[in-house]
Amino acid sequence: MIDDQTVRHVARLARLRLEPDEQARMQTELSVILDHVAAIQDLDLDDVPPTTHVQEMLNVLRPDEPRPSLPVEEALREAPAVIDGRFGVPRFE
Amino acid sequence: MSTATSAWEAVIGLEIHVQLATRTKMFCGCELSFGDEPNSHTCPVCLGHPGALPVVNAEAVRLAIITGHALGCEIAERSEFSRKNYFYPDLPKAYQISQYDQPVCLGGHVSVLTADGEVSVGITRAHLEEDAAKLVHGGDGGRRAGASDSGVDFNRGGTPLLEIVGEPDLRSSADAAAFLRQLRATLRRLGVSDCNMEEGSMRADANVSVRAVGTSELGTKTELKNMNSFRFLERGIEAEIARQIALLEAGGAVVQETLHYDPESGEIHSLRSKEEAHDYRYFPEPDLVPVVPDREWVEGLRAGLPELPADLRRRWQSELGIGYEDAEVLSESAELGAYFEAVAAQADPKAAANWIRGELRAQLREVGQEPWESRVTPGHLVELLGLLGDRTLSSPLAKEVLAEVIVSGAAPAAVVQEKGLGQISDEGELVALVAKLFEDNPGQAEELRGGKDKLVGFFVGQAMKATQGRADPARVGELVREQAGL
Amino acid sequence: MSAGDLHRLSASEGAAAVRAGEVTAEALVEASLARVADDRWGSFLATAADAARERARAIDALPAEEKPPLAGVPIAIKDALSTRDLTTTSGSRILEGFRPVYTATCVARLEEAGAIVVGKTNMDEFAMGSSTENSAYQVTRNPWDTDRVPGGSSGGSATAVAAHQVPWSLGSDTGGSIRQPASLCGIVGAKPTYGAVSRYGLIAFASSLDQVGPLSRTVADAALLTAHMMGHDPMDSTSLHWPGEPIGTPDATDLRGVRVGVVRELMGEGIEPGVLAATEESIRLARELGAEIVDISLPNTEHGLSTYYLIAPAECSANLARFDGIRYGQRVPDGQDLLDHYERTRGAGFGPEVKRRIMLGTFALASGYYDAYYLRAQKMRTLMLRDFQAAFARADVLLSPTSPTIAFPLGERTADPLAMYLSDVGTIPVSLAGLPAVSIPCGLSEGMPVGLQLAGPAFSEHRLFDLAHALERAIGFATTPPEAS
Ligand SMILES: [Mg+2]
Ligand SMILES: [Zn+2]
Repeated sequence: MIDDQTVRHVARLARLRLEPDEQARMQTELSVILDHVAAIQDLDLDDVPPTTHVQEMLNVLRPDEPRPSLPVEEALREAPAVIDGRFGVPRFE
Repeated sequence: MSTATSAWEAVIGLEIHVQLATRTKMFCGCELSFGDEPNSHTCPVCLGHPGALPVVNAEAVRLAIITGHALGCEIAERSEFSRKNYFYPDLPKAYQISQYDQPVCLGGHVSVLTADGEVSVGITRAHLEEDAAKLVHGGDGGRRAGASDSGVDFNRGGTPLLEIVGEPDLRSSADAAAFLRQLRATLRRLGVSDCNMEEGSMRADANVSVRAVGTSELGTKTELKNMNSFRFLERGIEAEIARQIALLEAGGAVVQETLHYDPESGEIHSLRSKEEAHDYRYFPEPDLVPVVPDREWVEGLRAGLPELPADLRRRWQSELGIGYEDAEVLSESAELGAYFEAVAAQADPKAAANWIRGELRAQLREVGQEPWESRVTPGHLVELLGLLGDRTLSSPLAKEVLAEVIVSGAAPAAVVQEKGLGQISDEGELVALVAKLFEDNPGQAEELRGGKDKLVGFFVGQAMKATQGRADPARVGELVREQAGL
Repeated sequence: MSAGDLHRLSASEGAAAVRAGEVTAEALVEASLARVADDRWGSFLATAADAARERARAIDALPAEEKPPLAGVPIAIKDALSTRDLTTTSGSRILEGFRPVYTATCVARLEEAGAIVVGKTNMDEFAMGSSTENSAYQVTRNPWDTDRVPGGSSGGSATAVAAHQVPWSLGSDTGGSIRQPASLCGIVGAKPTYGAVSRYGLIAFASSLDQVGPLSRTVADAALLTAHMMGHDPMDSTSLHWPGEPIGTPDATDLRGVRVGVVRELMGEGIEPGVLAATEESIRLARELGAEIVDISLPNTEHGLSTYYLIAPAECSANLARFDGIRYGQRVPDGQDLLDHYERTRGAGFGPEVKRRIMLGTFALASGYYDAYYLRAQKMRTLMLRDFQAAFARADVLLSPTSPTIAFPLGERTADPLAMYLSDVGTIPVSLAGLPAVSIPCGLSEGMPVGLQLAGPAFSEHRLFDLAHALERAIGFATTPPEAS
């Protein structure tokens, strides 16, 4: 149902490292679930509009008025790494 | 450029991101800032903290709609936000809230004034989104690869952006730049954005392809990213056109990819990373509801548009007879345009344009002022142009007077009188002066009489020196010739 | 009221006693904290004893007329809700030790009203699960039988109430995460209309489905708690300016003139006989109370699970993308490069069920699959909404078992994701339609509680609580599990 390569591709898109045994199990489990959800593939839904929001709300807008920002120490306090007042990011490439 | 005469034709489309001139961010109440302490303008929303939710800034919607009107777009009855998913450290939620299949503005077009006439450029769409944060690369000089560590400052993250997508209707780098300059002037006039390319509040990407002249099929395009000045935009596009032509002429093929133009080396680099091709997995943003603006309000915004720079330019060029470049420069800002119009209403428009663009702005630049905020009122300039016109002042003297007006704010005529700077209007005085100069410089006078025409300039120069510039050089020249019997 | 019995008070009774000066907030809170400290059921991930005592004393210091409406009533908060300075993990390793800088709107409103947070409750990681076994931290046990699951994902919030550690708690419900554990633990749980309660501060699982709601031992307490936290929040664009009747104290004693619809699709195959029997008994009681019983069909119910398991994972795949070990949370250090950093941090930080859902959702949204999966699911959602519209033309309230089974043994379904998903077959359709529903205990099967789900049209909470209250009285369920007495 879902092949090994697709699982790998999706894991990459989602930035999830899967160990080899996890990868195999994932393939099996996703296949079972996708088999189950396949039931809706056969329904004729051409004339049915999609629902994104169950409540039809419109135009929820905020006035362009400033609200207090966080103190810098609070903004940074949960960061695993801080470099010169900035959120530290592992080196690139 | 050379490409225009070759067998190839360039096809260029621009995508422009502009930061909107709101007070607060797109989806939270943090104030916009530039150059402040890193991460001093952040909150749970713009840091993407767990559980935080976005709320749309109403002013950003208004600015998007008036821009849409100015670009001849249709304002969507209903627009929606979507999530654009990708991982990058400057994108806190790992999705950018943007608009996908239901943007706020659709299908417009602008007529761009270029040096060779008007070019019609289609506008595919304009949509609202949020800006990314600022990544600072440490280690070795800020280059990306090999940097030992990097840091993210979220002050800019979440700034409202309007992304304007143009159709591939441009055929040269010069036209692309003209389009972008006209767009900048328009957005500034509307107060939508300050469009400062150096500070990143206006950023342009160019889609470039080439095709054989006479064919209509589009060639494979590349995307040139983030050119941060008009000069680099033009040069970058030129370089890319040349690269593609060389490639095709050598029998190669253009690869669709994202490129970066390095203005220092003039080289073009591929930005492809080892990551797989993006799959943004757009889907409707469940945290936001659709925007369905009141049609009367939308029409009211259209009616309230000011006269746009392009319209001003057309009017000035046809009614006032000023040139393409003068008109473009003077329409760059509303204030400058108004200043010019005030002067041109009472003086020769061409002279007014010339002086405002040239001497006035040059002198004011030294003191860091703009014409409309300086002590030189339009009335002062009209008066100064009058003194030039009736030859009370020579051009060098007029510049001197202008300098004084900039400092004191006094009327030009008063300056002339106070400093005794008016041109010598007494013909007899000038005749006597020329006679005296012939006496003082007998050798040159002799040669002149012998027909050495070049020496007229010498005597005019001497006359100007002797009068400290108060002589009318044209009249002195005439008198020199007369007395030398030429 | 002796100090030893204070934990038996309902929230309404406790608040009334504090306001009347019969008991101090501090005594009420101490009684709760004592039971929280002896957490045999594994309800709590974090406690806030010091802060709770301090707040209780502050309330006791107020003059009687200034005591707020929920004065001194202890409450437990699902760990999916952001609480300033109080560790909030959403049951995930990736948020281990995370201390939020802000408090969720609903929690802030309850604190404003005088409620006192005593701790944060265990849950399935990021609310994904139906047994609380997907918590990265600990097992939570059903107070009725500690070898069985409490249900989930708000399992800790359910056990805390069932075991009388607190009179009430907050949960969140995406596909049944309040109603199902309430059902399995023999207590009341309600999912309000989508948009009734602000989601600001609720760590998102599936944004278009998530709702915060109450768990309590009485319908009256559920109504009271809902009333105090609902209403528009400028921080949540999808929160409603309540168009419905305000939620009052439920006081109905009969069901005369009420059309009770029995959902045919949820009364047969896949439902345990003991659960069916208890439900039938409730239908009999409803008729006795004067209700007209109507046979109702929700024809798309069979596709509810498929629809839900495409929409919820799709939304979660984006909602959980922010956990990247940069601004907060855990990171696996020394990634070789950025990609490696992301993949290791997220690979180690998330448990198997969360990874499964992220994978499923990423797949459903990926180029080439979107139309066949996500878009179709959204269309199915439209059909389910239409099913309910048709149903509510013929009935005022829909009745069904909350869960097809009683609480199952720990470990029974952990190896079979699909079997676990089937726990929510009765609650999911209501979630997809964004409707309000209450689960009340309606009897026992094999000595374990059975829950009855009552679902109403959008904004019908006031009436729904009223009807649930009338049935609750008639059922007369003894809400104390043997383990908690
Ligand atoms: Mg963009
Ligand atoms: Zn912010």
